[in-house]
Amino acid sequence: MKRREFLKISAALGAAGTMPTLLGGCAAKPLPGSGVVTTSPTICNMCFWQCAGTLYQEDGRPWKVVGHPDDPHCDGRLCTRGTGGIGAYLDPDRLRQPLLRVGKGGDQQFRAVSWEEAFDHIAQRMQAIAERHGKDRLALFSHGDGGNHFHRMLQAFGSHAYAHPSFAQCRGPRATAFALTYGESVGSPDRTDMGNSRCIVLIGSHIGENLHNSQVQSLARALDNGATLITVDPRFSVAASKSAHWLPIRPGTDIALLLAWMNVLINERLYDQDYVALHCNGFEQLVRHVQPFNPEWAYLETGIEPAKIRETARAMADAAPAALVHPGRHVTWYGDDTQRCRAIAILNALLGSWGRPGGFYSQEKVDLPEYPAPKPDKPATDWKAVLQPDFPLVGTGISNRLVERSVGADAFFKGWFVYATNLPMTLPGARDQIAAAAQSLDLVVVVDTMPAEITGFADVVLPECTYLERFDELRNKPERTPTLALRMPAFEPRYQSRPAWWMAKGIADRLGLGHYFPWQDLSEVLDWQLRQVGSSLDEMQKKGVKRFPRKGPIYFEPGRPIRFKTPSGKIELYSSLLADNGQDPLPRYTPPDRPPEGFFHLNYGRAPAHTFGRTINNPQLFELMPENAVWVHPSAAARLDIASGDYVALENPNGRRSNRVRVRVTERIRPDSVFLVHGFGHTDGRQRLARNVGADDADLMHNVKIDPIAGSTGMRASFVTLKRVGKGELT
Amino acid sequence: MIEEVLATARYNPKIDPTLGIWTWEISFYLFMGGMAAGIMLFAAWAVLSRKGDQLVFAHSRFALWAPVVLSLGMTTLFLDLEYKLHVFRFYTSLQATSPMSWGAWVLVLIYPLMIGQALSTLRQGYPMLAGLVNRVPGGGRVMRACEAQRRMIAWLVIPLAVCLGIYTGVLLSAFGARPFWNSGVLGLLFLISGMSTAAVLPILAGANPPERHFFEVVDIGLITAELVLIALLLINLATGGAQHIQALALVTGGQYTVPFWLWFVLPGLLVPVVFELVAARRYRWLGLTAAALVVYGGFMLRYLMVEIGQVSRWTDYAIQFDPQLLHRLVQ
Amino acid sequence: MTTYAMVIDTRTCIGCGDCVVACKNENKVPAGLNRDWVVEATRGEYPDLQTEFRSERCNHCGHATCVSSCPTGASHYWKDTNIVLVAEEKCTGCKACIAACPYDARLIMHPQGYVDKCTFCHHRVDQGLDPACVSSCPTHCMHFGMLDDRDSNVSRLLRERRHKVLLGETGNDPHVYYLL
Ligand SMILES: Nc1nc2c(c(=O)[nH]1)N[C@H]1C(S)=C(S)[C@@H](COP(=O)(O)OP(=O)(O)OC[C@H]3O[C@@H](n4cnc5c(=O)[nH]c(N)nc54)[C@H](O)[C@@H]3O)O[C@H]1N2
Ligand SMILES: Nc1nc2c(c(=O)[nH]1)N[C@H]1C(S)=C(S)[C@@H](COP(=O)(O)OP(=O)(O)OC[C@H]3O[C@@H](n4cnc5c(=O)[nH]c(N)nc54)[C@H](O)[C@@H]3O)O[C@H]1N2
Ligand code: SF4
Ligand code: SF4
Ligand code: SF4
Ligand code: SF4
Ligand code: SF4
Ligand SMILES: [Mo]
Repeated sequence: MKRREFLKISAALGAAGTMPTLLGGCAAKPLPGSGVVTTSPTICNMCFWQCAGTLYQEDGRPWKVVGHPDDPHCDGRLCTRGTGGIGAYLDPDRLRQPLLRVGKGGDQQFRAVSWEEAFDHIAQRMQAIAERHGKDRLALFSHGDGGNHFHRMLQAFGSHAYAHPSFAQCRGPRATAFALTYGESVGSPDRTDMGNSRCIVLIGSHIGENLHNSQVQSLARALDNGATLITVDPRFSVAASKSAHWLPIRPGTDIALLLAWMNVLINERLYDQDYVALHCNGFEQLVRHVQPFNPEWAYLETGIEPAKIRETARAMADAAPAALVHPGRHVTWYGDDTQRCRAIAILNALLGSWGRPGGFYSQEKVDLPEYPAPKPDKPATDWKAVLQPDFPLVGTGISNRLVERSVGADAFFKGWFVYATNLPMTLPGARDQIAAAAQSLDLVVVVDTMPAEITGFADVVLPECTYLERFDELRNKPERTPTLALRMPAFEPRYQSRPAWWMAKGIADRLGLGHYFPWQDLSEVLDWQLRQVGSSLDEMQKKGVKRFPRKGPIYFEPGRPIRFKTPSGKIELYSSLLADNGQDPLPRYTPPDRPPEGFFHLNYGRAPAHTFGRTINNPQLFELMPENAVWVHPSAAARLDIASGDYVALENPNGRRSNRVRVRVTERIRPDSVFLVHGFGHTDGRQRLARNVGADDADLMHNVKIDPIAGSTGMRASFVTLKRVGKGELT
Repeated sequence: MIEEVLATARYNPKIDPTLGIWTWEISFYLFMGGMAAGIMLFAAWAVLSRKGDQLVFAHSRFALWAPVVLSLGMTTLFLDLEYKLHVFRFYTSLQATSPMSWGAWVLVLIYPLMIGQALSTLRQGYPMLAGLVNRVPGGGRVMRACEAQRRMIAWLVIPLAVCLGIYTGVLLSAFGARPFWNSGVLGLLFLISGMSTAAVLPILAGANPPERHFFEVVDIGLITAELVLIALLLINLATGGAQHIQALALVTGGQYTVPFWLWFVLPGLLVPVVFELVAARRYRWLGLTAAALVVYGGFMLRYLMVEIGQVSRWTDYAIQFDPQLLHRLVQ
Repeated sequence: MTTYAMVIDTRTCIGCGDCVVACKNENKVPAGLNRDWVVEATRGEYPDLQTEFRSERCNHCGHATCVSSCPTGASHYWKDTNIVLVAEEKCTGCKACIAACPYDARLIMHPQGYVDKCTFCHHRVDQGLDPACVSSCPTHCMHFGMLDDRDSNVSRLLRERRHKVLLGETGNDPHVYYLL
């Protein structure tokens, strides 16, 4: 018998719920808000931007969430998903009680258990793993606010390894590249000063579909102020449609374009000479390096006219230093991503935009002391050096690597905690590997709000309550203005769901590690912390958001040298660290793989209505966009004899087939590519709205390119072909 | 290429993907309304033309059919209302710009009149019924008064019945928002069609040969007029704006071409008029068939007009997502 | 007579649909029904393209054909304004107003059968607030105000920017404007 079969959380356990009446059939009268209205502060958790907002209830029933006017993340307005946040709370398909995998007559099943039983089981297995293999054999995968509590519990136990998919599947190459160049990362929220930019260059980043709130707002402000927008995207994205220049680049050739831009800026002496002289290192090497890469050369790679390359380079130079080449965010594309991000970082340095208005500002956060709880011991050995020695420049866990190190009887890891990340849809083409890892692991704990694909691999499923039902740590992010924001429960947790801090503390108690959580309720921690900075929980419950004064200037002072946190103390156009590590110290262009005959580039991205797969089942957002469609250019559609509204399955060269997906024939896509919005194609039948609608891009990715510097997974080198299917087939 | 898609899913019932507010109930009501108008007109004509001896059925029996026919129509109209309890609201105001409001009030005026008209024929046409009415207190007196004012009533009936007949068309044509309806011809077309369906009723009801012949001749004229009006309607559309031209395309190659020409114009107008012209006098069954086809054609006209009008629209947005999926929300 | 108008900047509208969700929440619009929606209109051929996003709703027409076709007076102008409302207690559900709207902006809403539609959030306007959709829009591309006031935001925008309305040729005198 298999040790761990993929389990669907069965209907019997889910206890069929009906749609809450609130969503159906309310009278128009009485007028909205004429009842008794109460409010409470929250921080949106519909994505990771963490906008502060206010939840409204009318006569004790959820009414609406709106943005907090004092919050720099949202400037008083939530995005589409944030506005639909109540749907996450109301979702009748939410996980309701702890579940335990049990063997039953040769079959495996989930049994609903009490929290005590779940905790006991977890503690027991953890101790068994520690005895047999060592205390450091548990890995944490986490993408969300509550993950820190599990991190603390695991560190206290002796397992320090963790990974956020927001590194190796998302921002890793950018963080690495900017740290190599400027000694600092771009941060989250991104420190882009778009509202003041005169020229913005978007390399792929599809702000507008990517709804990171203040990014969207500041881009709109820039457009209002007449900034020139240049968008490089193989697809006519929303941002492209707002652009003065759209460069429909051949997929995967961005470094060629970036090198050509540098070539023009340097050879036409359009770069910021004072800035480069004052702040940068390695300019001469760069000048020599870019000489061969003139626009004529780049044209052959990118398909973008030399004249257009020159024109756009000049437009940037005209606006500099208020010219921002946006660093992008999800940048794990073709495996040479750190190099591409380096090229972007260098281009910004040539424009002199780092530290300047309209470029990148410096961020500050509040000096918030940590609660006086005992610190877990430092590990004896550095797990990163053990597990990912080939990526010495990476300071965090590489999720795909941790998964690899969990497969097989002699694998390093013996147990997983998975907090708020749906690994089978998040790691490209890794479904089989995750299933194999689940086979060999002794313990898989999944903490989620929904029955997601990852819960099917769990031994123990712990249902977390949604953000509207819990306290979390204070939000203290680097920002333009240092700001604290509070998330507090507006409702009692529905069903038996509980907050992450409560679970982590409960497990720690079972393990005899309770003293690492020396408080009863997280609110005590928050109140203590707030009092150290002259506020209190009471004040924050009323205010929601509090701003604090800045300490330093937001931009560089003109003419004054800066000490950057790089080896040379300068902006490293030529990266000494890369050279030392045997990598290209200046960005090198590698031509990408081309699709085989009959195949298309598999392009993917965001849609404003959804966050990955986590919102598809949210009734309010499902209603806005119930499925994804595959975008196909009319010429390709004609060749394949398909039309808008037809259903097809996508198939990769290995014969992996997607769920059926609707066709949208549109001019907005290159003839050599198809496009899918990521997050659809849920297979877990317990998500009654989302089940079996649309196609999942992750499962089709067959040609994952590992970045040699960041270890991240390049996801854009995969190809698909389209197979016609009848309606109703494959559902 | 122009691609206009709904970026957010929208599937408002009765509006998407095309308007679907009215179905057979309204078609049937318009059909019966027109027919009732026609009945009243012929019954009045029989009185005013002093051809009572020739048009026996029309003169003495036909008038009673009008309230029956209209009431059946009113019933389906009522069935169509979404908020039936509020039906009285039609009579708490008169909305000068709303044909439907006018229609509601015309019905109020026309009912007494059509009942008066029927009462004035009752003793001649339906002695049994007259006996019943007589038994109602004051019934006999009213009946006799109606008989006395029979010509007067007939004179009043003419304009009001014309109003009723035209109204059934104006009800639709007033909707500028539905290009296919939006033609001045529609009122007249529905009046003529209503008269045509009324004209064949005596034939179906077994009127004597001279009366049958009279109505056949009248009907040939009416159908001819109808064909001309339909041609005008289509020409009107062809010379209209982009929306009208698109609306016309629905019956000239579009999705309603076959129903319109093959199920309506051919069997509902052309076949019966040919039968009436060539052979109805020789073969009674042909006359009956023609009459039945005219009734069928009258209904089809309303049915198709109501349908096609709703499909024709000013906006035309493609739907990106499978609307069926939204049903999951309410399951 | 006060004329309210909504002015939406297509240069910054990104088609995100926040306005749609905000409306549904604010006005408790039942699942499956929409008072507003977003249209994406693309012209041209790759790579020479233009895409426009439009958040659409009732136009609160100066010559509202839905009002003029309503047989009971249920469809009416709110106070002395161009805001078109439906008085639920007068509505028979005859659907004449639905047929009369060239924008297909109406919807049958209540299970009991009265017609419902965008109200320009008059309950908020009454309190001096912007409609819910306007105040949620993350790009600030929606504006609301009085046309009669020359100094209002909307008057100024319409004076300064090229704009259009939808289906002006119907003569309905719509009051949702799109800046180009
Ligand atoms: N609504 C919504 N917003 C989100 C999220 C969400 O789930 N939903 N997720 C958030 C998160 S975590 C992240 S990381 C960000 C990601 O958002 P971004 O950083 O903006 O993501 P990208 O992958 O850069 O952008 C995808 C775009 O890249 C284009 N593209 C594809 N191949 C190439 C290529 O070879 N070259 C170039 N130049 N462009 C290419 C695609 O056509 C598409 O338009 O979005 C955030 N915002
Ligand atoms: N194929 C493909 N893969 C990708 C991407 C892509 O575009 N295409 N994008 C990449 C990027 S940029 C990123 S950042 C990652 C994101 O990857 P993930 O963070 O894994 O993305 P989600 O699908 O949002 O999965 C989050 C899980 O958290 C659960 N959840 C939501 N709210 C809560 C909560 O409050 N508590 C708990 N405990 N659980 C919660 C959800 O139910 C869901 O199962 O994916 C990456 N992977
Ligand atoms: S960007 Fe949108 S979804 Fe993300 S936190 Fe902000 S409001 Fe919520
Ligand atoms: S919320 Fe604003 S930007 Fe988004 S679709 Fe609506 S009008 Fe456009
Ligand atoms: S848009 Fe339609 S519903 Fe709104 S006022 Fe105009 S006609 Fe009436
Ligand atoms: S459905 Fe109601 S609001 Fe509409 S026309 Fe009829 S009575 Fe008036
Ligand atoms: S004005 Fe109010 S009712 Fe109308 S669409 Fe906007 S939010 Fe909805
Ligand atoms: Mo991400």
